[in-house]
Amino acid sequence: MLMGYSFSDLGSILVMQGFAGLIMFSVYLLMALGLAIIFGQMGVINMAHGEFMILGAYMTYECSRLFSAYMPGLFSLYFFVAIIVSFIVPGLLGMALEWSLIRFLYKRPLDTLLATWGISLMLQQAYRSIFGAREVGVNLPEWMMGSTHLSDSIEIPINGIIVMGMTLVITAGVYLLLFRSGWGKQVRAVMQNRAMAGAVGINTERVDRMTFGLGCGIAGVAGAAFTMIGSTSPTAGQLYIVDTFLVVAFGGAQSLTGTIASAFSISQTRSILEFFLSGSMAQVIVLLSVVIILMLRPQGLFVLKVRR
Amino acid sequence: MVEKKTGIFGIQSNRRQILKGLAALPVMAGLPRLAQAASATSAVNTTGLAVTDDTVTVGILHSITGTMAISETGSVEAEKLAIAQINASGGVLGRQIKVVQEDGASDWPTFAEKARKLLENDKCAAVFGCWTSASRKAVLPVFEQYNGMLYYPTFYEGLEQSRNVIYTGQEATQQILAGLDWVSREKKAKTYYLLGSDYIWPRTANKIARKHIEGHLKDSKVIGEEYFPLGHTQFNSVINKIKLHKPDVIYAIIVGGSNVAFYKQLKAAGIDLSKQTLMTISVTEDEILGIGGENIAGAYACMKYFQSLDNPANKEFVAAFKKMWGENSVIGDVTQAAYLGPWLWKLTVEKAGSFDINKVIDASPGVEFKNAPEGYVRIHPNHHLWSRTLVGQARTDGQFNVIYQTPDLMEPNPFPVGYQ
Repeated sequence: MLMGYSFSDLGSILVMQGFAGLIMFSVYLLMALGLAIIFGQMGVINMAHGEFMILGAYMTYECSRLFSAYMPGLFSLYFFVAIIVSFIVPGLLGMALEWSLIRFLYKRPLDTLLATWGISLMLQQAYRSIFGAREVGVNLPEWMMGSTHLSDSIEIPINGIIVMGMTLVITAGVYLLLFRSGWGKQVRAVMQNRAMAGAVGINTERVDRMTFGLGCGIAGVAGAAFTMIGSTSPTAGQLYIVDTFLVVAFGGAQSLTGTIASAFSISQTRSILEFFLSGSMAQVIVLLSVVIILMLRPQGLFVLKVRR
Repeated sequence: MVEKKTGIFGIQSNRRQILKGLAALPVMAGLPRLAQAASATSAVNTTGLAVTDDTVTVGILHSITGTMAISETGSVEAEKLAIAQINASGGVLGRQIKVVQEDGASDWPTFAEKARKLLENDKCAAVFGCWTSASRKAVLPVFEQYNGMLYYPTFYEGLEQSRNVIYTGQEATQQILAGLDWVSREKKAKTYYLLGSDYIWPRTANKIARKHIEGHLKDSKVIGEEYFPLGHTQFNSVINKIKLHKPDVIYAIIVGGSNVAFYKQLKAAGIDLSKQTLMTISVTEDEILGIGGENIAGAYACMKYFQSLDNPANKEFVAAFKKMWGENSVIGDVTQAAYLGPWLWKLTVEKAGSFDINKVIDASPGVEFKNAPEGYVRIHPNHHLWSRTLVGQARTDGQFNVIYQTPDLMEPNPFPVGYQ
């Protein structure tokens, strides 16, 4: 397996593969966070998650066009504005969706699955009508492309570092929001016992709406980040949705720690297998192991113990 | 007395023919050419196709919704342009072309169903359509059952030949061999790393590439071959592997959204395509729109057409395309091949002197389109096209510099002996 590589090669493999795995981990975590919040806290299976991500990507695209047209001087910084827009627009759309559709389906989880899948199809077609069927190329400032040179054979992609940074900030933010703020306490109360939470005076409908909006907003930010590494087209959200569900289901639906642990183990396994085998084989083996583990442990890696 | 026309529209169209004939009399006296072109419908259409005295109906069958809309939009635009131009120049056998467009919706059973509709209900004299091999395989039995005519634009893996299909794109050997010969000769390449998305076209194409590299190129070998699931978005591991193996040539046949991820991550990993030779047969100007010119500049693509091709017919074509579909539109290899479809059909029908499918099929071999945007093309008896193969180098503006063109037309060889 390691034949034909020299010692210095092996050293670089270790470093670069380590980083490749970490980048994949950040990508997986970033795309799974929004879904984990919605699925875990509200029990809604949001099949339109990928489309909310792509909405974020399209917002980034629009920002890049606006900045290069009207404020070319500030172009190198537009990405920060894009991140904010990519959070707000999908977030608002998510809240509107929750208000107009999802809230009527809370007692029918299978119907939310169908309904959100329908929404994902509608959103795809809407993007196609608005932005065109073809892929759009998102222009990024020069400083975000390229790589940092650590040694002759070790190079670390800058966009990967940016994705890692964003993931770190957002995960920390979500943690503080859910576990260290009054609002987070309300969210967790509603999740654990809706009726009691309502009885003690928590506006459960409002909490639901904000939670759904937050999940969609984070999906949008993930989409903005992925313009650096992937494609932006009406159906690109579909590329991510399977892996996203895999991470969330494997981690255990209601646990943030679970999502992190599952994103880490899946991405590392996959990245290492991809190096020694090939992309297709890596996917097969990862899926197989996840299936087997979920057969033995249907609730996922981590479970929150709640009295029902 | 007007001849009796077969089919359920017999009476009506007889009456129309008489009226039409009367009305046309004085005009015909002044324009003998027109009169000769518009031969009697009963003579040019004996099998009940949708042909009237002044119109002929054809179908366009592509995905305008779903995943494949990204790729197929260009083909629809090119086919509509060709049809508009043919109509402006007098139509086919004096008849204006009417189009029935159906949406395959990126779903192969839908393609088959719509193909049946176009042939059975609309009686289309020809259908221009399909993009993926999967959609073509789905409609093939329909075209053979109803004896229809399909013009298929995409470059593809070969291993197929149907009397009811004209393949206006290149089959795999046409696209691959000349490019590998070039890279071996010009870049003195010895080691190759083959990559592909995991489905039939990249796998078949890489098989042909491997046989050619190992069997026909001097001292050359393949040092890696890998496939990724469609839609794969993480390429860092394989990029690391490429960095360690340092192949002379990366040969990439990655498609769809994965393409964008691959080239962006390649650039981010510090692989400079002006120093590392990369050859692809799956990136046209269309794909670069999504990838971004700065991420792929320097890579070589092997195609039969590039938008920047310098000849008068192509300049005219590009100008007309932009006039119809907007200044920012780009034209890739498949788009141009789709443009050939209606023109080849028109030339074939005029050679056959009839719209009848069997006569069109018989007349197809040898039909020449001398002023195609890509240059001269001719239909081979195996229903593929003789065409030249080009090597282009991607520029930052999303276009290619054409740096090599095969001196001769490449013979289409869909069942290459020794390459399977």
